[in-house]
Amino acid sequence: MIAYIVRRILYALPILIGVNLFTFLLFFVVNTPDDMARMQLGAKRVTPEAIEKWKAERGYDRPLLYNAAAAGTGRLTETIFFQKSAKLFAFDFGNADDGRSIGHEIRSRMLPSLAIAIPVFAVGLAVNITFALLLVFFRATYLDFWGVVLCVAMMSISTLFYIIGGQFLAAKLWHLVPISGYDGGVDAVRFVLLPVLIGVIGGIGAAVRWYRTIFLEETNRDYVRTARAKGLAETVVMYRHVLKNAMIPVLTGVVVVIPLLFMGSLLTESFFGVPGLGSYTIDAIQAQDFAVVRSMVFLGSVLYIVGLILTDISYTVVDPRVRFE
Amino acid sequence: MRQFAWLLAVLVAIAASVPAAAYWGFGVLPVMLWTDALVWLLVAIAIVYFWYVRGQPHLLTPWRRVFRSAPGVSALVVLAAFILVGLLDSVHYRARLEGKTAEGRPVYGVEVLSVLDALLVPLRTRTERTYSAPLATRAYARETIELPEGKVAREFPRLRYGGAHLKDEEDRTRDVLVRVLQGVALGFIGWLAIASVATTVMARRRGATVTATWAAIRRGGTEVPWRAIYLTLLALVLVVVPVALLAGKYHVLGTAKVGEDVLYLALKSIRTGLVIGTITTLVMLPFAVLLGLMAGYFKGWVDDVVQYVYTTLNSIPGVLLIAAGVLITQVYIDRYAEYFPTAAHRADLRLLLLCLILGVTSWTGLARLLRGEALKLSELEYIQAAHALGVRHGRVITRHLLPNVMHIVLIALVMDFSGLVLAEAVLSYVGVGVDPSMTSFGTMINAARLEMAREPMVWWTLAAAFLFMFVLVLAANLFADAVRDAFDPRVAVGGRVAGAAA
Repeated sequence: MIAYIVRRILYALPILIGVNLFTFLLFFVVNTPDDMARMQLGAKRVTPEAIEKWKAERGYDRPLLYNAAAAGTGRLTETIFFQKSAKLFAFDFGNADDGRSIGHEIRSRMLPSLAIAIPVFAVGLAVNITFALLLVFFRATYLDFWGVVLCVAMMSISTLFYIIGGQFLAAKLWHLVPISGYDGGVDAVRFVLLPVLIGVIGGIGAAVRWYRTIFLEETNRDYVRTARAKGLAETVVMYRHVLKNAMIPVLTGVVVVIPLLFMGSLLTESFFGVPGLGSYTIDAIQAQDFAVVRSMVFLGSVLYIVGLILTDISYTVVDPRVRFE
Repeated sequence: MRQFAWLLAVLVAIAASVPAAAYWGFGVLPVMLWTDALVWLLVAIAIVYFWYVRGQPHLLTPWRRVFRSAPGVSALVVLAAFILVGLLDSVHYRARLEGKTAEGRPVYGVEVLSVLDALLVPLRTRTERTYSAPLATRAYARETIELPEGKVAREFPRLRYGGAHLKDEEDRTRDVLVRVLQGVALGFIGWLAIASVATTVMARRRGATVTATWAAIRRGGTEVPWRAIYLTLLALVLVVVPVALLAGKYHVLGTAKVGEDVLYLALKSIRTGLVIGTITTLVMLPFAVLLGLMAGYFKGWVDDVVQYVYTTLNSIPGVLLIAAGVLITQVYIDRYAEYFPTAAHRADLRLLLLCLILGVTSWTGLARLLRGEALKLSELEYIQAAHALGVRHGRVITRHLLPNVMHIVLIALVMDFSGLVLAEAVLSYVGVGVDPSMTSFGTMINAARLEMAREPMVWWTLAAAFLFMFVLVLAANLFADAVRDAFDPRVAVGGRVAGAAA
């Protein structure tokens, strides 16, 4: 198993290198540091000296790929590519445009992100699978039909409306929870409750419909008919047979997002003022802080690849037929 | 299919209206924006596809199934209304400035207008000073007003246009009611007229009496669910006509920050949503189809390269990739600002680039599906036979593979649409969506966020965006479901077997 994981990680390297080269191309070649400086400094008639100063402060004054002025290995390391892109592999993210360490920000913001993302994920999964099984249990009845109609209606509503509507009802009208903000420790519960609830409700429509299709496909198999023929109760068939066998297609979609939970949710966090990685990302996008965006792109792809590896491993756990090769 | 000639006529009339007006000397300069060109290209593709399907029984059958699903056709009626608005908004022009010439040549205004703007002149031009509630006669905030006697008072001033025809404001409820009732009556009569004509035509073609045809429709006994179509049309007409009557004298959905009519903003947002939902797929389709099929067909290193590219792109978080792309295009547009004759051109290019960026991030899913299908198909006997007969690779792909994966492409196309409309709103909220000067559901929601925090709250911009978006996306989702059910071989076969057993 260890050998398998090592091999998978080695397979992942070219992809990370690809992401790295792609972001390098996007952020430094298509869009030169001069453009960045001009955009940050704002005014149209900005002096060349100001641009040079801005670049020097942030280390963008080096050559892109090859530094002829430096000596020895410095020719390769004293470049933007090495300093800004290659160093990401060592999770050395450097500083944001405002001078703060990105690595420190990421570490301190991970917890608030997870405080919302994990409950949304866990509660959401449980609720969605329960509802989907319920619909499949009552398949081809009015309950199933209207359940699906409700799902389609719910997935036709933008996340933004769930958030704005939820904030308005729960916080502004009924004064149940604070409208936004965050606090560490036990106090966090008050702030986390509403975002989690909205996150779960917002995801129900699409997810329940998707799980329902998976489960429905599974209920048409022979083993289900056999189980029924043996005289098992429908609930036993559903929960013991169908649910277990439907785990593979469910895992494909579910496990891959687990590592990405670290990234937090862009919208929820920015609307509720949670100091997590999602709001960090959104602030960086709005402030056009390319250093942070670049770091988050890299972090995101690392987590995605970890998710892919975890998915493959999880298959072997739920399905004995799948072996490491 | 002669009965669809009128559809073609409507489309040509819309497309040709502005060039014709320019030709007959109405003082307009036709403007073809990039997205306009692509929208009309898409319309042309749809028409060609339509003609092609007519002669292909294997394609006609699933499409017939789409038109036999009641939710499918109802959704299509609603979508058609949205598409009509979108197309009217996709023929642009600049109006000539009266009495101004430069070196003997006429001067045209910098404002780029569309046929929709021309039709909605009352809505577009009658702007208030600031916020006003739906159907209000007075503004939403107090203003300092100088009374005739020289005294100063703080009160809610009368609106310039909203309900300005009323002598006594107390009459408003009655006036609104009368107009709504008039609209309902008018709409019902119009609907009855359309339905009667359609039923008569139908009766003649079926060789049945009109009464029998009506009865069949009411029973739901027709092959195409006309009952559902008529009812949807009735619902549509009963909403549109009263609103149209009211919109002449009131701001039906209120006014926004600088006094624009919210109904007008919502109608203008439709085009942005449609463009993003359709052009993105149009842009990404060639990549997805070509790369996906090549990977599955050639296998070996081609497959490795394609898989590598889409895994890499997939591993980058979507929003960040889009954000990066949009920020970079923004830099580009700012740098070459002087190349754009009007602000509309600039906003339009940004919209097009947004579609491109969304396309780059969204082709991977379809490409993976097509690769899998091509892997499966290329092992089948008919492809092997083609190889044995010495058919070239290019010809095998275009003649033997492509037609057999088109159903997947079509399903992906309709399924992606609603997701893209929703994505636009989120991206515009994040600040990496359409140009802030372009009306879209995203910009409306973005504005509404501040309005919701006001005291008293301004809720109607959000409500309008919600309403329009919900109806559009719901219709798109229902239609997509109908198309998927009709074209997905598994669902179709399963459905038929179940039907035979019953």
